[in-house]
Amino acid sequence: MEAGTPELIKLEDLQVGSGLTGRKHILSLLVENKPGVLARIAGLFARRGFNIDTLAVGPTEDPDVSRITMTLDGAVHPIDQVTKQLHKLVNVIKIRDMEPDQAVSREMALFRVQAAVESRAEIIQFADIFRAKIVDVSRRALIIEVTGSNEKIDAFERMVRPHGLIEMARTGEVAITRSRPDQ
Amino acid sequence: MRAADAMCEALKAEGVEHVFGIPGGANLPTYDALYDADLIHIQARHEQGAGHAAEGYAKASGRVGVAFATSGPGATNLVTAIADAMMDSVPTVFITGQVRTDLIGTDGFQEADVTGITMPVVKHSFLVTDPRQIPAYINQAFHIASTGRPGPVLVDVPQDLSRADIEYAPAQGPPDLPGYKPPTEGNLKQIRIAAKALANARRPVIYGGGGIVNANASEEFRDFCLSDRLPVTLTVMGLGAFPAPHEQWLGMLGMHGTRTANYAMDNADLIVAVGARFDDRITGKLAEFAPRAKFVHIDIDPAEISKNVPAHIPIVGDAGDVLPKLAREYERLKADPERLDAWWKQIRAWQEEYPLGYEDSEDSEIKPQRMIEALYKVTEGDAIITSDVGQHQMWCAQYYNFSKPRRWINSGGLGTMGFGLPAAIGAKVAKPDETVVCLAGDGSLVMVCQEFATAAVHEIPVKVFLMNNGYMGMVRQWQELFWDGRYKSVEMGDSPDWVKLAEAFGWTGMRCTDKNEIEDAMQTALQAEGPVLLDVQVTKTENCYPMIPAGAAARDMVG
Repeated sequence: MEAGTPELIKLEDLQVGSGLTGRKHILSLLVENKPGVLARIAGLFARRGFNIDTLAVGPTEDPDVSRITMTLDGAVHPIDQVTKQLHKLVNVIKIRDMEPDQAVSREMALFRVQAAVESRAEIIQFADIFRAKIVDVSRRALIIEVTGSNEKIDAFERMVRPHGLIEMARTGEVAITRSRPDQ
Repeated sequence: MRAADAMCEALKAEGVEHVFGIPGGANLPTYDALYDADLIHIQARHEQGAGHAAEGYAKASGRVGVAFATSGPGATNLVTAIADAMMDSVPTVFITGQVRTDLIGTDGFQEADVTGITMPVVKHSFLVTDPRQIPAYINQAFHIASTGRPGPVLVDVPQDLSRADIEYAPAQGPPDLPGYKPPTEGNLKQIRIAAKALANARRPVIYGGGGIVNANASEEFRDFCLSDRLPVTLTVMGLGAFPAPHEQWLGMLGMHGTRTANYAMDNADLIVAVGARFDDRITGKLAEFAPRAKFVHIDIDPAEISKNVPAHIPIVGDAGDVLPKLAREYERLKADPERLDAWWKQIRAWQEEYPLGYEDSEDSEIKPQRMIEALYKVTEGDAIITSDVGQHQMWCAQYYNFSKPRRWINSGGLGTMGFGLPAAIGAKVAKPDETVVCLAGDGSLVMVCQEFATAAVHEIPVKVFLMNNGYMGMVRQWQELFWDGRYKSVEMGDSPDWVKLAEAFGWTGMRCTDKNEIEDAMQTALQAEGPVLLDVQVTKTENCYPMIPAGAAARDMVG
């Protein structure tokens, strides 16, 4: 057989990508509900220089298992390397790199906004448009609860910031995959 | 049964015969259990020594090495050995005592959060919170340490829990861990693609690492390399996985590898990496590493693949499984052997032009390279050699043609000075019938010289051949080459008198200063009973060449 025959693989045809996807990734991790698991994950991210945009931790339907939902920027980190490193942690049971259009994701945020009498009506109107709830009122401020995609919460923040955003607390996104129509 | 006794039973159930360690307050129950347990305990003189001994034991035998330490400083003294075992993927289990559960978190006497401190440098760790966990955790620790990519596992046992009474039932086989399923078999489709690429490569290089040794796959590796005239190079961790010298052997690659091996990597069109991780000591300047090559990367750890160098053909699996399949698929293609002719011509030209070599002294001065040649001669190339870290390590890697795996035991990843003596003690305990020589550096040996007592008291007849140049030689070399010769804190001075120090510990101490006497001196040391230190005084300021300066590319080697 001659070198370069078609049934062999031409070396010049072998290509690799950069590993960067350029988009936001939502990773959903099922982890054993044991002490120190979050520390192991946080430590891994710190020492490998991976940056988490948001992180949410909570129980699942199984008391022995917790879910960690994190979002990362695939333009900065090779997500493949992140998931492979996470898989090396013995307490990490399962990792799902969710496609945004196949997942339902939500975040909740609380805003404390300055609400002087003259701007109060407008802020309440914003809250209405965003289907947000006013959960606390004082003479000068409102506390508003918003739930939705993190883009929606970003948008709400942009709307109320000019009125005087005193404080904001966000949960980080949680997500689960959408059911297929036949499920 | 007392939990500490159950722990010893669980260790025996894993096949443990030897443990290395030091007792202290928090692990007193463990040592009380050892009083009756059928386990041989080697009492080290510093926990770091116990840890490296466990590593040497594991590297020489392939079995899991075990070390014990007490809480607080005992445990923190282990950290260097744990990190070393992590970097070199050494199957080890470290069992530390912890303060009583009611004291945890109170800054109690000798309390240190050792699971926290070691978290970045363990494969996994367990903090016992219920005494009934102890036997199961031991079972899980051994499984995790020894399977997949091996590594260190820590089990931290609070003192009160190891005294508690529990029911002990031996573990039934390996545990089922939901988050731990190490891969074994390589994907056959990928293996076929790799074979087809290799059959088309005109300038291939097979680049092997310590993973081959860990997988006990040296035979499979050799057979694969010999399935054609494939040029072979190995990392410092892989030495012995291919029988050197050999006509297909290019020598070690990397910072102090041969020019031939590094130039071959630089010019290769296809590099097949097996159980190697493209460490910076191999690649030099990453952006200019092997610029013409496509990469097949075979590794049991998926996270190593495309970590530093993107792999065109990734194959996740155990080298022992993948290599025979790859050889079979490759042979089936009946690749044209003549396609490699020009490549071999080029390789032979490099070998001719750049052989490893040094200028011998005209008087009786002992050149360090000459010392390694003598070591090779008197041991007939067949001893277990442990080493410290520095010039002597690199000279040994260059000049001692390791032909079998598990004969070259050194600290490659972490680069731990002082590794050699305790590792030799561990290796000799694991392989009492083999000749075990620690090729030591004088800068390194003094860091662990308390372990002379361990070998003396336990009558472990290791031989330490000290390459004594009076310097931390590699650091001195860097100061000479890259810091304008402004030597700072690299001279060792005249202290200690090594012969007297050895004798003080109950060893035989010898000295050699004449190159014509070195073989005889080594021979005498090897034949003498008990542990022997041979202080070999070598050229003080010899540099280790060739070398790729840090951050430079392979083609820019110097020396």
